[in-house]
Amino acid sequence: MDFQQTVQQLINGLGLGSIYALIALGYTMVYGVLRFINFAHSDVLMLGAFAAFFLAPLVEKMLGPQSVFGAVMVFIVAAAVCACIGMLIEYLAYRPLRNRPKLTVLITAIGVSLFIEFTCQNDAVLGSATRSFPRLLPEKQFQAGKLIFGSTDLIVPLVTMTLLAAMWLIVQKSKIGTAMRAVSFNQQAASLMGVPVNRIISFTFGLGSALAAIAGILYSMKAPGIEPLMGVQPGLRAFIAAVVGGIGNLPGAVLGGLLIGVLETFAGGIPGLSNYRDAIAFGILILILLFKPAGLLGRATIEKV
Amino acid sequence: MPLPGAKRWLFTGIALAVLLSFFSDSFNRYYLGIGIDVGIAIILAVSLNLINGHTGQFSLGHAGFMAVGGYFAAWISLQLGANAKAMFPVSLLAGGLLAALVGLTVGVPSLRLRGDYLAIVTLGFGEIIRVIAQNTEAVGAASGLKGIPKFTNLGWTFGLAAVTVYTITALVNSTYGRGFLAVHDDEIAAESSGISTTRYKVVAFVTGSFFAGIAGGLYAHHKQFLAPTGFDWLKSVEIVVMVILGGMGRTAGVIGAAILLTVLPEFLRDFAEYRMIIYALLIILLMLLRPGGLASLLTLKRRSTV
Repeated sequence: MDFQQTVQQLINGLGLGSIYALIALGYTMVYGVLRFINFAHSDVLMLGAFAAFFLAPLVEKMLGPQSVFGAVMVFIVAAAVCACIGMLIEYLAYRPLRNRPKLTVLITAIGVSLFIEFTCQNDAVLGSATRSFPRLLPEKQFQAGKLIFGSTDLIVPLVTMTLLAAMWLIVQKSKIGTAMRAVSFNQQAASLMGVPVNRIISFTFGLGSALAAIAGILYSMKAPGIEPLMGVQPGLRAFIAAVVGGIGNLPGAVLGGLLIGVLETFAGGIPGLSNYRDAIAFGILILILLFKPAGLLGRATIEKV
Repeated sequence: MPLPGAKRWLFTGIALAVLLSFFSDSFNRYYLGIGIDVGIAIILAVSLNLINGHTGQFSLGHAGFMAVGGYFAAWISLQLGANAKAMFPVSLLAGGLLAALVGLTVGVPSLRLRGDYLAIVTLGFGEIIRVIAQNTEAVGAASGLKGIPKFTNLGWTFGLAAVTVYTITALVNSTYGRGFLAVHDDEIAAESSGISTTRYKVVAFVTGSFFAGIAGGLYAHHKQFLAPTGFDWLKSVEIVVMVILGGMGRTAGVIGAAILLTVLPEFLRDFAEYRMIIYALLIILLMLLRPGGLASLLTLKRRSTV
């Protein structure tokens, strides 16, 4: 592999990795406030892609084909729809279990995920066939020296970076972000200080689901075939990214996502290894759990009574 | 008797198996097949119950261990050729042991930690097994392993199901086995009482994997064909639903659920497309309303964990 190919792979890997990072943020935020893996997160991503799939023709009718404003509208509406879905899932399935053992909540989350997947796979709902995702923006090819990249390769990291910056502002600077951090630090103490815990948890789910929806659309722009199980693979990788970075740690999720995206893309380019591409993320997960279980940026904590 | 429940299960099961295998030629082949499916489902559900129920961990990769045992046992049978029939118990055992060994390598890194890591690691492990099976020419790669001899009969299946039920109930009810329940009830308290929680979790996981491997061997010599996609995570979910429906940690309930969920779909073929939706709703509703499963509906008297 020469230098040019390496750079090309690096760009692809960072693009994929930044999508994983967006999804991982949702996992890690929910884990931060509720301490469980929200298995349904990957299905919210799929629902986001489908929301965009159905919105795109409507927007095209109103604003003409492939307009920038139209694409922004699709992103915003799909994110809003998914934010509502995420909050609804939390309200119906997870909130009644707030004080139950964690295992109960985890099993419920798996149930919710399966329910969404199989309901959508039913022919009366979406059907299990793969559909081609509409082109939201005109595709252009850019050439820099010998490197060729399409406009999607640029849009994906651009959108991701903007959202990551916005997330950082929300979590670190805003009042509701401070409340989120308080809830994740100590739920009981936060509630004693007058933080409305239920509303904050709801908000966290909404925020995470909106990010998942946008990640779903970006993912579909890169690989334009969508079906009800499309969220499973990126969802798993993103969860692993969150663990690799240190679960509950926001910068860690981004770091983990980029790392897994890049490693996976490079492994895909090496003959012999490419068949095992799906297994790479899990290999990394096992190594991290063996040698640094708290994650790259996480701190080891001791559970106290 | 110290273990009336467990011994009774073993005795009934083996007697039933021996009795049935005498008549197995006169059965309708279709019902015979379902009978064997039920026995395999019991082994899978009861062994997963040791991990997910009694010990309170959460494995989502039971089908993966089943695949390891199934592929290995089938491969041995195919290598042996003419001698395979006599060596059937050995190849089953070898499949179980390999599954246990794999369980050890997967279990140790994830069980050292608290929390939900086991769920995600086992989920990923199932995926890795599928990828490996798909890329290994020796076991047929993507087109699957064909021509496995048919050795599994009712006798073997229910005999081994009885051994599984006996071993696991006896283990949990022994002095040593109280540790599993302690880990399930409160890990911190268990650790403060001098119980090595990691060791108990690993023992439960490895034992469960071993029996899943045995079940895989039976399955391979029953269906005579193994495809890498047959052991995906939906298969694992099916076993998990059996354990949850029966009531985690309730052996009798889990056996009942295994029978129910194997027999019922055969009669409700028209609803096949709704089956997984119903399973999913069942999981959610049971967790919200009856986390103890069906067994908790019959809370007449709670003796031990049998």
